[in-house]
Amino acid sequence: MARSAVSITGFGVAALVVALTLLPLGAVFLRAGGWPAFGPGDWQAVVFTLQQALLSAIISCGLAVPVARALARRRFWGRRALIVLMGAPFVLPVIVAVLGLVAVFGRAGVVNDALALGGWAPWSIYGAQGVVLAHVFLNLPLAVRMVLLGWQSIPAERLRLGESLGFGPRQVFLHLEGPMLRAVLPGAFVVIFVICLTSFAVALTLGGGPKATTVELAIYQAVRFDFDLGRAGLLAAVQFCLCLSAAGVAWALVRPTPFGAGVDRAMAMNAPGGWRLWGDGLAIGGAALFLLVPLAAVGLRGVPGLAELPGSVWAALGRSLGIALLSMGCAVLAALALSVAVARGVRWAGALDAVALLPLATSGLVLGVGLFVIVQPFVAPARMALAVTIAVNAAMSLPFVYRLLLPEAQAVLADYGRLAQSLGLRGWALWRFLILPRLARPLGFGAGLSAALSMGDLGVIALFAGDRGATLPLVVQRLMGAYRMEQAMGAALLLVAASFALFWAFDAWGRRYAST
Amino acid sequence: MLWMTSNARPVPSQLEEDMKTSILAAGALMTATMAAAQTPVLTVYAGDYFTSEWGPGPVIEKEFEAICACDLQFSVGDLLPRLMLEGTNTEADVVIGLTTDVLARARETGMFAPHGQDLSALTLPVAWPDDIYIPFNWGHTAFIYDETRMAVPPATFDDMRRLPEAVKVVIQDPRTSISGLALVLWVKAVFGDQAGAFWSDLAPHILTVTKDWSESYGLFTSGEADMVLSYTTSPAYHMFAENDLTKKAALFPEGHYFMAETVGKIAATDQPALADQFMAWVLTPAFQSVIPAANWSLPSALSQDQWPEGWATLPLPERVLFLSETEAEAMRAEVIEEWRAALSQ
Repeated sequence: MARSAVSITGFGVAALVVALTLLPLGAVFLRAGGWPAFGPGDWQAVVFTLQQALLSAIISCGLAVPVARALARRRFWGRRALIVLMGAPFVLPVIVAVLGLVAVFGRAGVVNDALALGGWAPWSIYGAQGVVLAHVFLNLPLAVRMVLLGWQSIPAERLRLGESLGFGPRQVFLHLEGPMLRAVLPGAFVVIFVICLTSFAVALTLGGGPKATTVELAIYQAVRFDFDLGRAGLLAAVQFCLCLSAAGVAWALVRPTPFGAGVDRAMAMNAPGGWRLWGDGLAIGGAALFLLVPLAAVGLRGVPGLAELPGSVWAALGRSLGIALLSMGCAVLAALALSVAVARGVRWAGALDAVALLPLATSGLVLGVGLFVIVQPFVAPARMALAVTIAVNAAMSLPFVYRLLLPEAQAVLADYGRLAQSLGLRGWALWRFLILPRLARPLGFGAGLSAALSMGDLGVIALFAGDRGATLPLVVQRLMGAYRMEQAMGAALLLVAASFALFWAFDAWGRRYAST
Repeated sequence: MLWMTSNARPVPSQLEEDMKTSILAAGALMTATMAAAQTPVLTVYAGDYFTSEWGPGPVIEKEFEAICACDLQFSVGDLLPRLMLEGTNTEADVVIGLTTDVLARARETGMFAPHGQDLSALTLPVAWPDDIYIPFNWGHTAFIYDETRMAVPPATFDDMRRLPEAVKVVIQDPRTSISGLALVLWVKAVFGDQAGAFWSDLAPHILTVTKDWSESYGLFTSGEADMVLSYTTSPAYHMFAENDLTKKAALFPEGHYFMAETVGKIAATDQPALADQFMAWVLTPAFQSVIPAANWSLPSALSQDQWPEGWATLPLPERVLFLSETEAEAMRAEVIEEWRAALSQ
């Protein structure tokens, strides 16, 4: 594709994203017609929101570094399966994740049972510590995967050069791993920070009370309970600014990796022995236990309910899969267009970059309500429930996919752009032989992530489910709301399995395509 | 609105149609056109739980369609936010499921018409002089416990302030949940000026606060909490659906807070006669007898001797507390703030 075509597509997509994120917010304000005051509880919510998001993101990223390094340089049986499985908590519906964590760390959980056996005082998951624990559980997998992608992107030639220069682990860190982390960690940090910033069910349930109120909870209250659109818009604007400033700070810290191109020869990283071997074992074992035991608890609770799932579950599953695939398609195409445009350095690339991250800062709930306000004069909202859900899901997962694609797209064009130009590789051929194959790994991962996120999202559909529009997360909620906890856990297990299967299928496709 | 219009939806909503329905609809299009053109549609907005196969919706739809020569269509979602969003554009003819504590705000929209029904059939424990909303079920808030885990429940509401140290209670957030809101109103009705002190005393025993009822109840049934804020009718589910007699409501002599769900007619309905017929039918035994086992609440117009078998044995409190909607709405912000402040210490 010619540069101008790339630029036009990029800006077209950007205009769409801006319209999709800012118009609804504007519509909400316009409809509300007023600007309400900010109460004392709101400030407390802002402070708590920032504190827990900061802590959660720091701990998730901090733990991800040793775990990703251990996974990058050790080879062991089941390694690949472990990497894929460890990603599962990220796609868990929130309430299911909470019940899984409670089964392990709760009052009646295995950890406290063990503590009691040893005569120690019990540990309470309810409080700020529980909120952070849950956020690390949900987001550590994402951090590990993002950092692991970074490790895998260090060309084998650089590792070999380091080896021949007699680099010990310290020098490897200084000259190779450090710069790589500098490029990868700020992005991972911001993404997780923003996810935690906009979470509220986890924060409230494990936070132990109204101390643990987040801004998103106040938005939920304003939309679903008070229907105070002015307040919802104000709070969404506050959250928007918080997210944007966080993103601004982090992007200022990002430095592109200075490694240059390699010839893609697979090479095992040097795996030092001694205490480092033990350290790596501890990192992998610890992370696996922490992530997989609550997951197993979710599985155990869900199995009995699988046998008696009501028929509506299967229709809802099909609907959720359809929504997930459509949202994923939109998000991936948009992210691809934007990342390649930015990587090729079109004019106003900085603006495009900001636009791609815009949806991350918006509240999905306010976005959805705004879209309903916009379409409402023309179509009954219930008719548009699924279309709006797809649009919101696509917008919300765009930043993730974009963030995964951009570093690779930049590296590809920096490393091979001139070669491609001298070969006269242009248009479709450029995409077919250079861009898509080189981007396959993050593309597969991003597509899987996007599909899984859309699958598990309850979001805006709960407002206007329409007549037959129930998605699987909504059915789980309905079952729980009708005392049918066992069936709900069965349906939740089905949801987890389906989200995970989607994620795994795209991720595996990306890895296979990349290695051929 | 005719039945046929629902098949002429814009492309994205095609997903909404179940496979089966689309095929049937396509195949039977010609014949259906004739029949459907004459069948009026009554659109009823209902709460999210209402139309699931285990909820009251399916039976109600079938039974009403048998007598109305119409097509009853439920449309589920949030009720009040949706109505306020749609305003005069709403497709609703009737809205079912507005709870007593949001009625003041629903009334304020001016979207509802007087029901014009004779309410003498009501069997509620409170007077119901409302000319717009008709209650179709009722219940009270209560703390539920499991007698295998808690042999001696608190005997009075005041005893909740002196729970044994290890006892943990899980409640819902009054800012996001209707039962949570009922709880803070209940506490205010019982303790008055002492409500803040009550919350301070209970605070150490509150395991956590959840966004809605189902999360709390999940924590209780999984053994994480000893007591959960729920309804006096909750033990009925365990009794009749699971044959489990161990879940009980702690009944307090101070009284329990009354809640009802109501049905109301939209003033701008294009099916006023059908809407009236539905509103009247809500008070008949055909509708009322569906409520207990499908809604796990008490019927609003059915004497106790007509309740389904076993329901009359369900222990209920002797004293019922009820704040009028104007009282409730007037103190809503204040009692929520009192709760928030006491639990944020």
